[in-house]
Amino acid sequence: MKLEVSGLSFSYPDRDVLEHLDFQVGEGEFVSILGASGCGKSTILKLLTGVHTPQEGKIFVDGGEVRGMSEHFAYMPQNDLLFPWKNILDNVCLYGRIHGGLENARREAMENMAAFGLSGYEKAYPSALSGGMRQRAAFLRTALCKSDILLLDEPFGALDVITRGEMQDWLLSMRRRMNRTVLLVTHDMDEAIYLSDRILILGGRPSHVTCELRPETPAEGRDRDWLYGQGELRRRIHREIMGTDGPAGAEMEPGRKEARS
Amino acid sequence: MEKWKNRAAPAALIAGLLVIWEAVVRMKDIPLYVLPAPSQVVTCLIKELPTLAGHAQVTVGEAFAGMAIALVLALALGIAMDAFPAVKSGLYPVLVVTQTVPMIVLAPILIIYMGFGIAPKILTVVLMCFFPVAVSFTDALGQMDEEYVQLVRSFGAGKWEAYRLVKIPAAVPGLVSGLKVAATYSISGAVVGEWIGAQSGLGYYLLRVKNSYMLDKVFACVLVIVALSLCMNGLIRLYQAVAMPYAKKNEEKRRRTR
Repeated sequence: MKLEVSGLSFSYPDRDVLEHLDFQVGEGEFVSILGASGCGKSTILKLLTGVHTPQEGKIFVDGGEVRGMSEHFAYMPQNDLLFPWKNILDNVCLYGRIHGGLENARREAMENMAAFGLSGYEKAYPSALSGGMRQRAAFLRTALCKSDILLLDEPFGALDVITRGEMQDWLLSMRRRMNRTVLLVTHDMDEAIYLSDRILILGGRPSHVTCELRPETPAEGRDRDWLYGQGELRRRIHREIMGTDGPAGAEMEPGRKEARS
Repeated sequence: MEKWKNRAAPAALIAGLLVIWEAVVRMKDIPLYVLPAPSQVVTCLIKELPTLAGHAQVTVGEAFAGMAIALVLALALGIAMDAFPAVKSGLYPVLVVTQTVPMIVLAPILIIYMGFGIAPKILTVVLMCFFPVAVSFTDALGQMDEEYVQLVRSFGAGKWEAYRLVKIPAAVPGLVSGLKVAATYSISGAVVGEWIGAQSGLGYYLLRVKNSYMLDKVFACVLVIVALSLCMNGLIRLYQAVAMPYAKKNEEKRRRTR
């Protein structure tokens, strides 16, 4: 197993967020964590990157235990967080700047500009780019990390619906090229179905993995039409999320569970 | 076009006031030692320009030295206050209180301690300029989006590297707005220092001509002080335009994302 999370529990001072979280991600696998807003999805990534420390449980990468900040994870936040005072090329080379490989990083970045739809914008400042382009630049910055696991925290959540769709298509096509282990956190059911090898559903309070689903067609054979035909899978996910005591089922629509049962 | 329209109104107002001033002084035959006419001030300014330029050089030198020291102090203290909350909670209130002591009281005391040389003048400038720079820089550091820091930390940057990579660059726009205020104060600060005791500088000149009731020279000197203060402010704006071409668009972006 590339990444293994075992018995992870975490509480903020005022509430318990995660309880006995267990999951694994294989080498080169694309796994999505799907859950309602506020269920602790992003917290998982903050535990993995060492921003927060879990109260209980362990994290293993390649069988070795990981504590605190580590070189294994490359994190991509929901907001692009590009530095407005640096041009795109300097922005995407952040990892090289920190770890002293700026020249190599620049070369590698230039080779990838076209694939990320950024050629011609190397010297532009982030403010001159569209939301989708900024997100791709943030993606390139993450991809240029030498870390072997990409952590994507609702990477397209801040984009409009049309751009988000384009970005999902693009990411699907990039999957093979990047050839990395990816952990994607999202609340968008279609995004999870469309992109992942495996979907982990986070529910309950405090949250844990309640269910694991696997879209049948491999990523290479998917397109939008395939996604529209995934009614059964969507129904299962929906039932799973609404059926738990998570925020979506318990608070957003009170009384609904009684009506259904 | 819009820009000129915006400037036309204040220009017209000032021109109107000057015309009234000139007319009143001439018609009422007001003596020079009470109120000089604008035309007398301009004539005097042209005549006195070489003398004024010599004194201005001294004042500008003190202003620059004071600004530089204030900037270095503000950067160091700003980072210290941001990195160590204990420093901030201890120092910040003290800084605010020091600003309530009138400079006109402090300046003579500084001269008692430091003599009539250039040092007390520079220190006056430092004391006047430090506060706006330090406060705006510290606030900018404190208000920055913690997510940026988490991002570079997750990329493997250490605590101080995070300052170099994101916190300080992100606080530069705030620092610059503090500098703009400080730059405007800097000339006045030097003049106050010179007023209390000096052998040269615009403050010294001002005191001398005031005591001789040469009000046309007083007004001419005030004009020079105003012009120099605006120039100092302009220098900071120039830096802002050259070094931070992204700043303007950045403002827009901040509004959009909030």
